[in-house]
Amino acid sequence: MTDLTKMTLSAARDGLQGGDFTSAEITEAHLSAIADASDLNAFIEVTSDQAMDMAAKADAMIKDGSAKAMTGIPIAIKDLYCTKGVHSQSASHILDGFKPEYESTVTSNLWADGAVMLGKTNQDEFAMGSSNENSYYGPVKNPWRADGETKDYVPGGSSGGSAAAVAANISIAATGTDTGGSIRQPASFAGLVGLKPTYGRCSRWGMIAFASSLDQAGPLTRSVRDAAIMMESMAGYDPKDSTSTNVPVPNYEAALSGDIRGLKVGIPKEYRVDGMPGEIEKLWSQGIDWLKSAGAQIVDISLPHTKYALPTYYIVAPAECSSNLARYDGVKYGLRVTGDNLSLDDMYKKTRAAGFGDEVKRRILIGTYVLSAGYYDAYYLKAQRVRTLIAGDFKAAYEKCDVILTPTAPSAAFALGDKVSDPLAMYLNDVFTVPASLAGLPGISIPAGLSAEGLPLGLQLLGQAFGESELLNVASVLESAAGFTQKPAKWWGENS
Amino acid sequence: MSVDKETVAKIANLARIEVSEDELESTVGELNNILDWVEQLSEVDTDGVAAMTSVVAADLPRREDKVTDGGYREAVLKNAPVAEHGFFAVPKVIE
Repeated sequence: MTDLTKMTLSAARDGLQGGDFTSAEITEAHLSAIADASDLNAFIEVTSDQAMDMAAKADAMIKDGSAKAMTGIPIAIKDLYCTKGVHSQSASHILDGFKPEYESTVTSNLWADGAVMLGKTNQDEFAMGSSNENSYYGPVKNPWRADGETKDYVPGGSSGGSAAAVAANISIAATGTDTGGSIRQPASFAGLVGLKPTYGRCSRWGMIAFASSLDQAGPLTRSVRDAAIMMESMAGYDPKDSTSTNVPVPNYEAALSGDIRGLKVGIPKEYRVDGMPGEIEKLWSQGIDWLKSAGAQIVDISLPHTKYALPTYYIVAPAECSSNLARYDGVKYGLRVTGDNLSLDDMYKKTRAAGFGDEVKRRILIGTYVLSAGYYDAYYLKAQRVRTLIAGDFKAAYEKCDVILTPTAPSAAFALGDKVSDPLAMYLNDVFTVPASLAGLPGISIPAGLSAEGLPLGLQLLGQAFGESELLNVASVLESAAGFTQKPAKWWGENS
Repeated sequence: MSVDKETVAKIANLARIEVSEDELESTVGELNNILDWVEQLSEVDTDGVAAMTSVVAADLPRREDKVTDGGYREAVLKNAPVAEHGFFAVPKVIE
């Protein structure tokens, strides 16, 4: 019998619709796998009863012929998404006990298509982090370990719980969110496909905001086809988010022709950064060869402002976060610190001091500073001008090429605790993912090989605005050529 | 530009986050590391460059000015740490 927890989403869809198994069966199999994998700390909340109810409804949809591609597929949802009546705290202490009275648009879309929610996944608090070590609920452990190692590795962040869950076969796929690389970098660290669509492709309504001009929803999956299927369900215009774009959602799966003859692939010289490990440079060259063999034309391009993307991001994102997170004041929801004769102002200050973690406080303070009187022009306005130049670099590059190929991250997964005391070293994880985020462009990470230590490495493809179909098609070519089939050796739970 | 203890105390107050004297010291160092690093943006010539306001070329959609939502006070108050008489309750602000 097929192992019900080791399938791709597309295989599960075919099996469900062909009557090989029911959603109740695969949902149950995943719930037991989750219980067995508590060591990973990937889930903050498991919604077993709700999952079984949703599975029963999905099985009814399959029976009466109204099933969609996502019907009956058990998936995990990042804690950042508001899910009605269910834990939704963006992994922060300050939202203690918060259970939304509404459902985010992206999850509503998935449930309308019949997907099944297994639970809410761990993440960096408010999506601020690249290692999932900034969660109030503790760090997530990567199912992958270096060869022969018994120490724990980070799954990347901020969507680390989602990445660990899919890589450990405890969820078929998962939602993530990407502000500066939070889907793509964990996908790279966990040997998965991670897609951040164009800004505006998904509704942000009901997603707990971090940096509103950058945040986007996207899937973490085991294959490019899976990403295409799940993206199609998540995407779409939503009048409740004025920044969502009213363009039709294509059939992404139908775009996977595998034909990229004549396609122009840009290679940006500025992404050859100092200190990049030789094996990543080698993998990148390998990726170039794979696309060339498939008939693509390789073009050298320049994105001259690349080195300024990270500092720009670390002004813009904290500025937006300081403004977005002003809503957590101990009045409307979540934590409130009380005390005798505490003034309103002191209640705010003590609540926010107790409720936010160190990295979140750091970013709120930076953001408050760069937006404050006298510094706004020098920092914030300057950063938004450089952002225009970064977006302009991409615009000019896309006159010469159709997609861009780069590494996803400058390293493989690192050991838990390795970078936690050095915020700047941590920020450098996102050096290859942040530029496209600032320009609002789509990007996808594809597992392409293993490091010398036996940890997954990803390659990133960047596309043009609303060019997800083309991006997914090129990604499928890279995926076939790379033939990445390795899985982490099970060290957690029973029979490890 | 760099920040000192007094500036950090001021921005912490603006951000309504209580920072102890001990934390203040380490926060000054952390913030200055980050501010020194973002300082490299001053190398970029941005004269005549418009600041980014939106990454997607879209006009802000408009809708008819009428009430389309609301009427569920209970749901709004449900997650409040303290609610009284159908309102959010806060510590006394008027003597």
